[in-house]
Formats: sequence, structure tokens, C-alpha cells
Amino acid sequence: MSEKKFDYYIQSEKGKWEVIIGLEVHAQVLSKSKLFSSSPTKFGAEPNTQVSLVDSAFPGMLPVINQFCIEQSVKTGLGLKAKINLNSVFDRKNYFYADLPQGYQISQYKNPLVGEGEIILDMPYGTKKVSIERLHLEQDAGKSIHDMDPDNTFVDLNRSGIALMEIVSKPDLRSPDEVNAYIKKLRSIMRYLGTCDGNMQEGSLRADVNVSVRKVGEKKFGTRCEIKNVNSIKFMQMAIEYEAKRQVDLLENNKQIDQETRLYDSKKNTTRSMRSKEDAHDYRYFPDPDLLPLNLKQSLVDKLKKELPELPDKKKERFIKEHNLSAYEANILVSEKEISDYYEEVIKGCDKKLATNWITGDLFAVLNKKNLSISQSPVSAKNLSALIKMITTGKISGKIAKDVFEKMQDNDKNPLQIVEKEGLIQQSDLKELEKIISEVLSKNQDKVIQYKSGKVKLFGYFVGEVMKVSKGKANPQLVNEILKARLK
Amino acid sequence: MANISEFSLTKLASGIKKKDFTSEEVTKSFINNSKKSKKLNTYITECFDDAIKSAKDFDKKKDYKGLLPGIPIAVKDLFCTKNIKTTAASKILHNFIPTYESTITNNLWSEGAFLLGKLNCDEFAMGSSNETSFYGNVINPFGNKLVPGGSSGGSASALAADLTPATIGTDTGGSIRQPASFTGTVGLKPTYGRCSRWGIVAFASSLDQAGPMTKNVADCALLLQAMSGYDPKDSTSVDIKVENYSSKLTDKVKGLRIGIPKEYRVDNMPSEIDKHWKKGVDYLKDAGAIIKNISLPHTKYALPAYYIVAPAEASSNLARYDGVKYGHRSKGNNLFEMYENTRSDGFGNEVKRRILIGTYVLSSGYYDAYYLKAQKVRQLIKNDFDKVFNDVDAILTPSTPSAAFKIGEKKDDPVSMYLNDIFTVPVNLAGLPAISVPAGYDKNNLPLGLQLIGKPFDEQTILNLSLAIEKSANFKRKINVWWK
Repeated sequence: MSEKKFDYYIQSEKGKWEVIIGLEVHAQVLSKSKLFSSSPTKFGAEPNTQVSLVDSAFPGMLPVINQFCIEQSVKTGLGLKAKINLNSVFDRKNYFYADLPQGYQISQYKNPLVGEGEIILDMPYGTKKVSIERLHLEQDAGKSIHDMDPDNTFVDLNRSGIALMEIVSKPDLRSPDEVNAYIKKLRSIMRYLGTCDGNMQEGSLRADVNVSVRKVGEKKFGTRCEIKNVNSIKFMQMAIEYEAKRQVDLLENNKQIDQETRLYDSKKNTTRSMRSKEDAHDYRYFPDPDLLPLNLKQSLVDKLKKELPELPDKKKERFIKEHNLSAYEANILVSEKEISDYYEEVIKGCDKKLATNWITGDLFAVLNKKNLSISQSPVSAKNLSALIKMITTGKISGKIAKDVFEKMQDNDKNPLQIVEKEGLIQQSDLKELEKIISEVLSKNQDKVIQYKSGKVKLFGYFVGEVMKVSKGKANPQLVNEILKARLK
Repeated sequence: MANISEFSLTKLASGIKKKDFTSEEVTKSFINNSKKSKKLNTYITECFDDAIKSAKDFDKKKDYKGLLPGIPIAVKDLFCTKNIKTTAASKILHNFIPTYESTITNNLWSEGAFLLGKLNCDEFAMGSSNETSFYGNVINPFGNKLVPGGSSGGSASALAADLTPATIGTDTGGSIRQPASFTGTVGLKPTYGRCSRWGIVAFASSLDQAGPMTKNVADCALLLQAMSGYDPKDSTSVDIKVENYSSKLTDKVKGLRIGIPKEYRVDNMPSEIDKHWKKGVDYLKDAGAIIKNISLPHTKYALPAYYIVAPAEASSNLARYDGVKYGHRSKGNNLFEMYENTRSDGFGNEVKRRILIGTYVLSSGYYDAYYLKAQKVRQLIKNDFDKVFNDVDAILTPSTPSAAFKIGEKKDDPVSMYLNDIFTVPVNLAGLPAISVPAGYDKNNLPLGLQLIGKPFDEQTILNLSLAIEKSANFKRKINVWWK
């Protein structure tokens, strides 16, 4: 593959600008119960049905750390090759809002659970390392619903207290494409780990985006703005593009950028000021006296490290080295855990290269057409594997395989049964084939003469006729061999 | 049975067990007394009918188990009680009925006790005189113009006036020990983590601890045993075995080393407090204890550190009272107006004062100078105690710098009010156990307590020393019943 060059700059008459982006991702910890209570975390339940006395901050209620959420976060940290802090502290972030029952959010401020780490992105211009500054645990707030009643706001506390990992990147990203790759890679890692389902529609993955611009060549960062309320990668990219241009316009017109929090309006594709630095909340962070400092044992971290599954970067490396796949193919196969799981299931019984072709070719085409994810695939890995095995063992031809594959999509039918029921097993019996070929040749004496006098293109015609007579089952390789010998 | 309500908890428990009298008789006796004592204003909620029903049910039982068989107990209205209004003596919770029972009260009920009523206290336990309650001030049975101390003032008054055989309070900076001292009763603040905080309306989480208030030291040991224990629902509770305090209780204290901290001899301390303290030293010396002069050099910073840490935590703990979910709500045209109206109307002045102080000391730009510095001071105070406990087994100090003062005397002078906690506050900052035991009277015939401070989780030693003082001092509560 030809390597492209990075080229995301804002070019104006006055100069060439570089866009600096950092992300704060909020990833919901995959856990049956909340961070400090035993309430369930299921998405989409009736409002206020997954709320305990702790979540709704009744007098005298106390938080108790959910050890599983801690382990999930440590695993995520390990997956980001990050430093795990054995001593961390839960702080209170104080502010008033109707969907924040305690009047504070329990979060980690000065001493987060996870320190610096990294994520490697595969960009068309090569790999790029993005540094992670930290990962900390915090509680989610509830949800205010303003459109159910003209005069009142309703509050749903189902989300209140659910564990979130806030993963903060360094300002290492330089384009909307890199943001896209970063979010996808982060999501992929967490899904491999089983620590976050990464579902952006359900809000289990959200991000605040920090954007600033600087002239190319300059070392100092510009003043940044934080964009909130962006709930899809597409909107994130659009928001960044808009915001970067807005900042360049301001600077080129000798105006100042105010450090502020801005909201993205997806309908208008603009960002607007939400609050300035002066109006920023004073959260009055202090260590939560209801919780003791969190002290982890190194042995626990070691144990979790040992149990870590193979992550995409490692897997990709292995696929290239051991399966002889191209970097491009390996990338596609490891991009999502479900795809690599599928691939690894398929190759248990068949050729790896052929499996790769079938998955990235025929299967993906079907999934795309039907708008399905691989976990919803109409053809199971086991059955696809069986199909491919029939091709390599010569039981069916590649051409027949395509028809069988078509039929398998109906309720994940077993390819063996289809082949047997419809008598599609490849005809490789030499005597039978000789018989069919003799028949075809004797029917087409004139064409045999033409062939022998130099019209070699007719060879395909003979093959076609043989296939027709055999209803497509004749082993094409053998047919070729026999025909060649007979037409000499 | 006219004097049944004057019996000690220990005597009542064994009397009911032996069927000398029934739980119903005991309960009715305390109810009668309580009904005649409305002038003291000790109750916020009376549960008399339910108590009689519980007593009758108890009397029907075949065998009486538990440490507190058939004992009616009124508790500070800071403990959440299932289906019983729990107000923290605040307007903002005047209509709050919990659907749950605090771990501590639950522990008492599982030992055979039942609820007699909810007792008055300072609003959210913030006060040293029980004058900040939304339900009016409590009066000390020792005099109709005297405060009972605070914040567990209703508990102390009710106990001293025989309206409940024993009670429980909470102590954040002295709220059990100071009112105990003011009313001639025994009050113990356990080691931080000994008793669960689950279900207690929080004031300052790192300092709050529930504890027993009783008529004598033996009762205190019994009640402490009943309420203590690890609670997985409270992350700060500690999983250490609860002693059988009662059976180990002894006045044999020979050879125990008692520290007398010089820094507690504060400026302007009344000479009779000093005399009272010396008497305490003599009692223990006579009992064979070894007296040692010690130094706790950071003592003078304890009060200022406390009045930063406690309000800081309170400002955050009280943020949940916002009118959204439960309790009092005032109208407003939008969310923030509703907040302002609810909290302006729902909180009293002392609570507002502490929320303001707490908010201020946590604010950006002030955090390091106040909150962080106070936490460092706190560590130094802890270190002081750790160091001296290498050389002594307990520390003896006065409980308070004076006897009970007059209603209104310090109400408009918060600093002089806060100074009342000068001997009790360091103990909370260090998380240690401490007890106030009545040991004498001042010139106005008002009771004075002595405080014994122990090593972490060594409640037994300070109970034993208290018993020795109790015996030597031969303290009798001399109350002229003026309120009936």
C-alpha cells in the first residue's frame, strides 16, 4: 500500500493552521450493579426502577465500593498499557442539580486509579501513538427530563450512581479522522476486555472534546475550548471542524479566544458558548470522608494482568506473522472483537487465507447489504468454516460454494445438509467425468475440429458444456485436465 | 413500683429477665414520667402507644434473650427509624419518614429493646446547648434556666430526668460527652469505626460516631456492647471483635498509667474545674493507677482545625437537602430559586453558618490555606496521641471547661459557644474513644464530668477507669424535680 501523508490543516490566505484535539471519554463500566450500590444498571428500564436509597441520597445512606468496577477499571488501564496506581482516592465534586441527588458526584480528582498510558492508531500515513493522561472512576448522574410536562421537570435516577471511567487523552490528536480512529480503537480495546460495551446510542460511551488551533511550526498550544454534548463520532468530527474554523477566524481577525465550555448544536452544526471560565463551577473537591482511600494489592493487579485477553495490537501482529495475512487484512479482522472471534472460530476447521477472503469479501458484503453487525450474522462461524472446508477438500467447487452460501443465509442452514440434499457434491469420479466428456465431445464434433485447427478459445465452451451436463458439480480442475488430454 | 424509672438499665434488664417486673410495667413507668415532663421539651416524636404494644408482645415471649430484654429506649432524632419520623431537629426534614432502620437502632432492637420515642437535639447535631433545634431548646433538669448541653441535649435531659432508662447519642466534637457532663450522666464516644454510621443523619462523616448515654458506667458497658460491631454497609466501620465489656468491667485499675496533659490546663479555666480535675487524679491514684504528666503539643490547634473540617464535610453532606427528593420544599419559579427558598427556609442559622464556613474553606483558592492545613493539623494531633500512648494507657482531662450554662448565655457568641468543646474535640479529630463520667459538683451544685481518653478500640480500659472514679466519687444525681 502506498503511504499517504498527513494533510489535515486549515489553510487560509493568512496561513496554515494545525488543529490540536484532546478527548475526555466517559465509558460506562460493564457491571451488573452500580459503583457504590447494588442497584442494577440495565439500560432502558422504566424510570426510577433501578434506584436504591444510596443512589437517591437518602439521609444516613453510605457508599460502598463495588470491587468489580474497580477491577474492570484496572483491566482497562492495563489494556491501555497504563500505570496502575495502587493508592487512589475518591473525592467529592460538589454542585447542585436536580438529577444529582447527593449534591455531589463521587469522582477521583488528585489521585486517579490509573495513570499514564497509550493507544496506537493505524492511520493511512502510518501508526500514531496517542498518550493517555489518566483514567479515573466516577458516578454518573441521573437524567432530567424537561419535555414531559410544560411546567415541571421530571428526574429519572436509573443512571444515578452507575460507574463511569473517565479516560483523558493528552492533546495528541490532530484531525477528525484521528479522533474517529482513537474512539474506535479505545472502544475496541474495552470490548476486547469486556469492560465497556461502547454503545454510543445508549450513552455508554460519551466524550467531551477539547479543541485549540496553532500556526504550523508553533510550539505553544493555543487557548482551548471544551465542546460538550457530542454523542456520536460523526458529530464529534463535525463539531471539531466547525470549532477549529471558528477559532482560526477569530485569531486571523485579531480577536481572542476565550477559554470556555461550548455546546455543539447538531441541527445547526455550530458550537455555542455554554459558560465562560469565570462562570466555571467551583466544585470544591475534597476527599470523600465516607470512603477510605482505595489501596490495591500488587498481587491483584498482577492477577488481572495475567488474565488479560489478547488485545487487538497483539492479535494483529500474530495474524500477520503466523497466519500470513497482510497488515490490511489483519487490521480489518482485529478491528472489532466480534470479528476476530468470528475469524478465529472459522479458521479452527479450514484454510486461513480462504477464510479471510470469505469473511472480508462475501460475508461482509451480506452484512453491509442487510445492515447487520457480525454478531448478528445470518451465517455462523461454524457453518462458514464447514463450507470453506468443503471447498479445500474438493467436495464442492468454489462456484457451487457461492450458491450454497446464499442458501445458508436462510436461518444459518448447515452447508453439508444443503449440499447433500441438493446433490451438489463435486463430481470427481474419473470414470464418470470421462463419460460426460466423451458425450459432450461427440455431440460437438464440428467444434472439436475447429479447436484442433487453432480455435483454442473454444476450450471454455467445452468446459461450460461439461459443467452444464454435470449440473455444475463436475470438479473443474479434473475437467480441465481430462479435456486437455482428450483434445491433444 | 413507684421508683422503677429510677432503676439503672442493668437492674431493669435483669429484673425483667427474672420477672421481678414486666416490660409493660417498666415501659408505662417511663411513659408516665415522660408525659409529666413536657416542660423539658426532650421529645420530638413520642412512640408511646407502639412502645406499650411492643412491651406487651415482649411479655408474652417464652424466654427473654438479648442484652436489653423488653427495655424501652428513646433515641436522638438523628437515627433513622423505619416508619417513624426522623427530623434531625430541622425544619428541612420535619416531614421525613424513613423506610429504613439505622444499623445502631436495629442492633438495639435485636437485643430485645424497642423504641420509646425520638429525642430533641441541636439541628443536624450542630450546637453545644441544644438551642439550635427547630423544635425549641431543651431544658436541663438541673435548673429551668440551664441548657442540657448539645448536641445530644434531649438525650441527656431525658436520661437525667428518668424519661428513658438509657439512650444513644452521636458525638462529632463532644455531642455525647458534654451534655453527659452537664446532666450528671455517663456518655461514651466509641473509637471511630466501632459503631456503624449507616442510617444516621450525617453531620461530619469523618468525625461522627454514635455512642451510649447512661446513668452509670455498668449501663454504659452494656449498651456499648449492644450497639457496637462491624457493618459492611459502612466502609469506615472496622472489623474488630466487640469485647464483652460488661463481663470484663472492673474497677481494678492498679498499675494502669494515666496521662495528665498539661495543654488542657487552658487559660481562664475556672479554678473549680482545675480542682475537680485534681480530685479525679487523686481518685485514680488511690485506686493504684500511675499518674504521668504528658504533653499533647498541638492541642491548641484542635478547635480551629475542627471548625474547618467539620463544617467542610457538613457543607457537602447537607447538599442533599434540596427540596427535590424528600423533606421540606419551598416554591420557586425555577430550580435554583426553589433551592434557595427551600434551604433558606428549611435550615436554621447555625446550620447556615456552618454551611457557609464549610463552603468557603473548600473553595478554590482557600482550600490549601484552610481545609488542607486543617487536615495536616489533624494528623499532628493524631501523632501527639499516638506518641503518648506509648507511655500511658489512658488520658484524664475535665470533660468541659465549665458546668451547664444558662439558656441564651452564649447563643449570640458562636466562638464562646465553640470553646465549650475545647476538651472533647481533639478526641474526634484523632478518632479515639473517650468517656465522660460524672465526678462531682461545682459551687452551684451543678454536675461536672471527667473525661477519659483511650487507645483506639480500647473502650474497656476507659470504662474500667470510669468505674473506679464512679465508685470513689460516689456521685449521686441530686435533682430537685421542678418541672412536674
